Amino acid sequence: MSILIENISKHFGHFQALSPLSLDINEGEMIGLLGPSGSGKTTLLRIIAGLEGADTGHIQFGDRDVTNLHVRDRRVGFVFQNYALFRHMTVADNVAFGLAVLPRKERPSPTEIKNRVMHLLEMVQLEHLASRFPSQLSGGQKQRIALARALATQPEVLLLDEPFGALDAKVRKELRRWLRGLHDELGFTSVFVTHDQEEALELSDRVVVMSNGHIEQIDQPGALYASPNSRFVFDFLGNANVFEGKVENNKWHNQQASIVLPNGAEQKDGQLYIRSHEFFVSKEPTAQANLPLRVIAINPIGAEVRLELTPIDWQSNDVWEIDLPHKAFDKNCFEKGQTLYVTPKAGYFFAHDAQQPVLLNWETEKAKTTEKA
Amino acid sequence: MSSSKHSSSQLRVGDSPLIKWLLIGLTLFLTTILLVVPLIAIFQQAFVEGAAHYFNSLIEADTLHAIGLTLVVAALTVPINLVFGVMLAWAVTRFEFPGRKILMTLMDIPFAVSPVVAGLLYLLLYGNNGWIGSWLYDQDIQLMFAWPGIVMVTVFVTCPFVARELIPLMQQQGREDEEAAVILGASGWQLFRRVTLPNIKWALIYGVILTNARAVGEFGAVSVVSGNIRGETNTLPLLVQAQYEDYQAAAAFASASLLAMIALLTLLLKAFIEWRQERSLKIEAEKERQVTQ
Repeated sequence: MSILIENISKHFGHFQALSPLSLDINEGEMIGLLGPSGSGKTTLLRIIAGLEGADTGHIQFGDRDVTNLHVRDRRVGFVFQNYALFRHMTVADNVAFGLAVLPRKERPSPTEIKNRVMHLLEMVQLEHLASRFPSQLSGGQKQRIALARALATQPEVLLLDEPFGALDAKVRKELRRWLRGLHDELGFTSVFVTHDQEEALELSDRVVVMSNGHIEQIDQPGALYASPNSRFVFDFLGNANVFEGKVENNKWHNQQASIVLPNGAEQKDGQLYIRSHEFFVSKEPTAQANLPLRVIAINPIGAEVRLELTPIDWQSNDVWEIDLPHKAFDKNCFEKGQTLYVTPKAGYFFAHDAQQPVLLNWETEKAKTTEKA
Repeated sequence: MSSSKHSSSQLRVGDSPLIKWLLIGLTLFLTTILLVVPLIAIFQQAFVEGAAHYFNSLIEADTLHAIGLTLVVAALTVPINLVFGVMLAWAVTRFEFPGRKILMTLMDIPFAVSPVVAGLLYLLLYGNNGWIGSWLYDQDIQLMFAWPGIVMVTVFVTCPFVARELIPLMQQQGREDEEAAVILGASGWQLFRRVTLPNIKWALIYGVILTNARAVGEFGAVSVVSGNIRGETNTLPLLVQAQYEDYQAAAAFASASLLAMIALLTLLLKAFIEWRQERSLKIEAEKERQVTQ
């Protein structure tokens, strides 16, 4: 079922949790609401569910206006961050709850309920735990039971609040894949809240990035990563190093450091955002850039080695992070405390007066720099 | 690091044997003379003129009436405060409204105020010359110096017990369970009966036991509004005093022994419930340990 959100706003006391915002969710889509805490993502989810009322605006499920419909009658599935399983009921009774409280006319017979519960438990691969109590389950198992319970009434909309927040990394990954599979198989519309960019990018059809109660950007994961449209989205998606530069003689300067403007770039002061893997590393400055950095940490992470670096004789607010393939790292034999020079391959430039970035490429200079790297 | 030096005596901080045994001895001594001896004395005095006399004084008409009245008062007070306490706890833990904090403070007035003062307040309001009482008198309704007055002040004195037990628990449990139930389509009543009530069950029972104990034993407030009419408005605690003042010591102690037995029964029930609660917690902890292993 499609969800149409129109001019929804909400305040708590003097705090504006949501500025009027609109969002169009297609049938069968999986949407990730991504943002830091306090960005309004959970409030938006609770308003869609009907757990909170909006101050203004409309919500439609399909062509049905549900703005003033009670939570009970919206028939959405909801998975809470802490699962909210009923601790005094067995797993089977938890899953059966939504069916057992149906009005007598609509309620299936006890045997029918039992069969459906067993079917749901099979679906989440936990049928052997039917008679256990929630306190006897692990976090991942609780999560699956919470899902089975939410799906028992066959809702067409499934809402999940930080669904994997309390789980360890391995279980989280496994459950993510499993949820995506379930979503594709059953075809409901899902909206989930997360503060984990990796989770949002991996799981969603489209990601909604939120901050301070409004939507920063709505895009498919690939597009979002390729063209973030604001500083906030860039900062939040992470792994970007920022170079603050003043233009002079076709170069951006920051004290002793400088970067040559690529062909066609505007002659403006501003910030250059460069992702951690968009660099060449060398022991001498290159014709294109003079960015001296000192190595403060070396962390092997999977297929890459991450170097943490601090600027030498220039200013940056954060520690710089640069990811190198093991090959490149082994060739250079970097050590802690050593000085090295980096050269950007591509970056996003925010002029001081601009909200939107410009994508920059130094590809033409590539030939010269690779030799030195 | 100095453990090797003291390893022979194995003393921890403050573990001087003299102080330890002095404190234990003093506590036991005080408990004995303050609690145990009086309790034994009640039964000893009650039976001082023999078992036959004991039972005869219990089946005296006035005594039977007092027992009956006490039970009626408790039987009315407990359900009223059960419902009121649950409502109050629900209101202050599940809703945000102006005056919520004040309400939580006001709730404790019956604990803070002397029961005698409470009795006097009710007398002032509902007595035949009182603000409301004079109007009621014109309608031929008498509350004070009759059993309704006794119930009213008992309800007042015991009203915080249930809410006081429930509020911390309901605050700690939060409202997520209830939200989950409503999203799954539960009606208000289904929500309360299937989700809220099982979660607060033991605290509720505990609150009821305390309410009952206090309702049965209340003396101060009741004595102000009852008028002490024997065989009509005397509850058990009032009867004990009346009999004692009439030099019927053995009868007074016989009645008192009933109250003492109710008290002991209450303590037993309380211990049992605490044990149940603790056990269910322990079982949960044990189960969790098994899962993680």
